[in-house]
Amino acid sequence: MNKNSNVYTILYASVMVIIVAFLLAGVSLLLKAKQDANVEIDRQSQVLASLRMRVGADITKEQVTAEYERIVTEGTLPGSDLPLYTCQLDSATTKYVVPVKGRGLWGGLWGYIAVNADGQTVYGAYMSHEGETAGLGALIAETKFQELFNDKHIFASDSTTTVALTVVKSGKVEQPDYQVDGITGATLTSNGVAAMLQEGLAPYAEFFRSLSAPVEE
Amino acid sequence: MSLFSPKNKEAFTTPLWKDNPVVIQVLGICSALAVTSQLEPAIVMGLSVTVITAFANVIISLLRKTIPSRIRIVVQLVVVATLVTIVSQVLKAFAYDVSVQLSVYVGLIITNCILMGRLEAFAMMNGPWESFLDGVGSGLGYAWILVVVGFFRELLGAGTLLGFQVIPDCAYEAGYMNNGMMTMPAMALILVGCVIWAHRAISKEK
Repeated sequence: MNKNSNVYTILYASVMVIIVAFLLAGVSLLLKAKQDANVEIDRQSQVLASLRMRVGADITKEQVTAEYERIVTEGTLPGSDLPLYTCQLDSATTKYVVPVKGRGLWGGLWGYIAVNADGQTVYGAYMSHEGETAGLGALIAETKFQELFNDKHIFASDSTTTVALTVVKSGKVEQPDYQVDGITGATLTSNGVAAMLQEGLAPYAEFFRSLSAPVEE
Repeated sequence: MSLFSPKNKEAFTTPLWKDNPVVIQVLGICSALAVTSQLEPAIVMGLSVTVITAFANVIISLLRKTIPSRIRIVVQLVVVATLVTIVSQVLKAFAYDVSVQLSVYVGLIITNCILMGRLEAFAMMNGPWESFLDGVGSGLGYAWILVVVGFFRELLGAGTLLGFQVIPDCAYEAGYMNNGMMTMPAMALILVGCVIWAHRAISKEK
């Protein structure tokens, strides 16, 4: 058979493509369930990380799903369809977790912010990024930076519903109640985090405020 | 002909040192810079490339007498792309954290010149077994450079190896600091340069 004829070339290419297509479809079908499970475990461990339960340090990867199902109830903000996770750390301690999304310098940012039951202070934060600069902006994914948010106030005072929680330039913290020290050399990523927090928490502000409002009868 | 004849051994060992794909042929530099900020992704990337080069070599070598010469590059690309996709899917299923860390670079193995180079220069002209050895050798030749670079970048940049802290706390208390430069790709290029320097110096003595 003439290997250089057009018919042979076209047939060869067609058969090859069909074989490859079936092969890849098969592999994808076979591994899909396992991959989806991994994505879900990853999401759950991010929510738990905002509740100060970090995989590797506080819990193991195998415990994630069980702990998540024990603690977290997925729901929505009353009166809207924004996600709001109610978390029962133990019978007496309730926390609320809010997912946030934003833009960094090079790509997307996302995170989960856990808020105390009174709706006034942050319990813990988790955030990550698509591709911030290694060693600079990428530091927002580190526990050390995220722990700076613990116990920060969301609002500047008791009367406002404007989110005050923010990240400021490194070394420029004037209001340690609600300002977090930014990362040196990563001002744009820090600004992105600040915008993500303010935009992400704003729709929940009324709700958080109502948690600590005096009961009116 | 025996399985480990001198010629076959040479196919395996040449790319490890004498004709190393990274330090002599200067191929695959882009990924070598991108994935070596820590040791673990460097190892996984090295192994992935080794597996893909080996099997792509075998498949092309088996097909070499049937491939129409006019579309041989296309055929090679399809084989490589298929293997890369499978490896990337397997990583996502069984080593999810590492696959997140390697992100696009697994997919970009398709464009790694080492692969196409070996397919075109070796597998098209040699039997499956020799091609397999050549593929494993080339892959490992690439992998060990990544591991060396990843070792130094993680050790000096973060004070850890494979995520475990190796530089004791007392060193930090005494004023030692991690070198943030090491986590940047620019430092990887300088380290690869150092490896090439050392390699040339040692090779010249022989």
